Amino acid sequence: MANVFAFAETRGGELRKVGLETVTAARRIADAMGGGEVHAMLVGAPGVEKHSAALAAHGADVVIVVADAALSDYSPEVVAATAAARISAGGYRAGVFSASAQGLDLAPRVAAKLGVGLASDAIAVDVAGDSITVRHPMNTNKLFATITIAGTPALLSLRPGAVLPVANAKAGTVEAVAPAMDPAQARVKVVEMREGASGKLDLAEAPVIVAGGRGLKAAENFKLVEDLADAFGNAAVGATRAVTDDGWRPHSEQIGQTGRTVSPNLYVAVGISGAIQHLAGMRSSKTIVAINKDKDAPIFKVADYGIVGDAFEIVPALTAAVREARREG
Amino acid sequence: MKIAVCIKRVPDMEQRFKIAGSGTAVDETGLKYAMSDFDEWAVEAALQLNEKHGGGELVVISLGPDAVQETMRKALAMGADRGIQLKTDAIPFDGLAVAHALAAELKDGGYDLILLGKLAVDNASGVTGPMVAELLGLPCVSAVSRLDVEGGRGRAERALEGAVEVVEFPLPAVVTVDQGLVIQARYPALKGIMAAKKKPLEVKPAQLGEATVSVTKMELPPERAPGRILGEGAATVPELVRLLREEAKVL
Repeated sequence: MANVFAFAETRGGELRKVGLETVTAARRIADAMGGGEVHAMLVGAPGVEKHSAALAAHGADVVIVVADAALSDYSPEVVAATAAARISAGGYRAGVFSASAQGLDLAPRVAAKLGVGLASDAIAVDVAGDSITVRHPMNTNKLFATITIAGTPALLSLRPGAVLPVANAKAGTVEAVAPAMDPAQARVKVVEMREGASGKLDLAEAPVIVAGGRGLKAAENFKLVEDLADAFGNAAVGATRAVTDDGWRPHSEQIGQTGRTVSPNLYVAVGISGAIQHLAGMRSSKTIVAINKDKDAPIFKVADYGIVGDAFEIVPALTAAVREARREG
Repeated sequence: MKIAVCIKRVPDMEQRFKIAGSGTAVDETGLKYAMSDFDEWAVEAALQLNEKHGGGELVVISLGPDAVQETMRKALAMGADRGIQLKTDAIPFDGLAVAHALAAELKDGGYDLILLGKLAVDNASGVTGPMVAELLGLPCVSAVSRLDVEGGRGRAERALEGAVEVVEFPLPAVVTVDQGLVIQARYPALKGIMAAKKKPLEVKPAQLGEATVSVTKMELPPERAPGRILGEGAATVPELVRLLREEAKVL
């Protein structure tokens, strides 16, 4: 029997989907190791405990609530100290974090504080006997490593979307815990949060991504890409490095070796030739559609469905057809 | 300011990789190497900070075999003042083991700012920077896309999923560099390349920590089915939509 710790990420008082993913993964690890308890940590301003029920519904036996008025924004030092103190005192076999922007900041701090192993950005977790291994893409998705985490507790961070939340109701007994350090003593402080457009899907979370490249010829022509994304209804907009370097689109939308790595169900590449730099970030997408005027463009080598021709003619037609198809259900 | 930038020598990603006979590593035969992109941007950011504030010193630190000296010479050619190689036979996969060696070197260096790339493009773990900060007990801001330093304090922006977080922190601090912080790293000029040959490059044994994670199997990704071109022009759209619905089931 082994108990497992999970960090349930919140932002602005709201529980993020990745929080349910870590609890789901922790539940699986605990069950594979003989059915120990899952203890999920929630941190935020008072009121954050309202998410305990959702964590219980996804397999948390205990919800550790760290509520403090000074913790409405992520405070790396306070959260790392508090998570490390709990993991150290709790005797857990494993600790699961998300490989989100927050989790990628938090997990290595906790690992260093505890002096234990951390496998970062796992796309799958395996338990065999008493051994925990994860699968991790390396070298821009050109290699897949199996990582073994020595020692206890074994920490890992889970790529968003790698494990989908699964309901598995447990008691979810709430346990209030004080922060392990005075939030006033934190040196790094969030002074401002700038939210993106509300309701806009992030690249990591979107089931569909429509991405544009230089073939669109000008920044304003990204309207075509946005319209197509809008037609799908569940799509985010991405871009190539050439386009973000030229300032047509923000760097946060760049997909590729030095940008985001994505693996949506559907990736639509518009006016993208398919430089290796770009393919590195999207080649693990489930289905790839490419629209490009050059039939010899490398993007067609990875595209499940390619259309050769003028994006300015094809994309509006596709947008209309997708709208029509979705209307029909 | 006295700035340290930790840089990593990584294989050039535009190559085909093969698995070594051991089954747990890349076959290094014939591979070309380069500085990890994020580290190159960190060097550029450090140079710009010192240019803006007038003066200062930039020290680059790289862990690994003697081949990393080539990577450090590039940073020196870009404008760094001196280099320190933390010598090991091979670069361990475990970020914590590396962080111990970096922290041991950085501890008494008197740096105002320590920069690292947010991740190395080969291992793609992104753990070393925050680990170094924890081991040194310094404030840390990871994955910054904007950084201003003034009067012993820093202000940085970090991209979150769908939002931007603005943070303030005191120096000395550890900052890891994301894309967007600099537009492009400078190309070393011939003068810089010549000067770099004479800049000091110290070699010390790396005080690696114990490995806590290891690669027990390395594999190539499953092959994708070869691409398929459905046709030309907007007339092909109905067929595409049919396939998206019936074959790919994504619509």
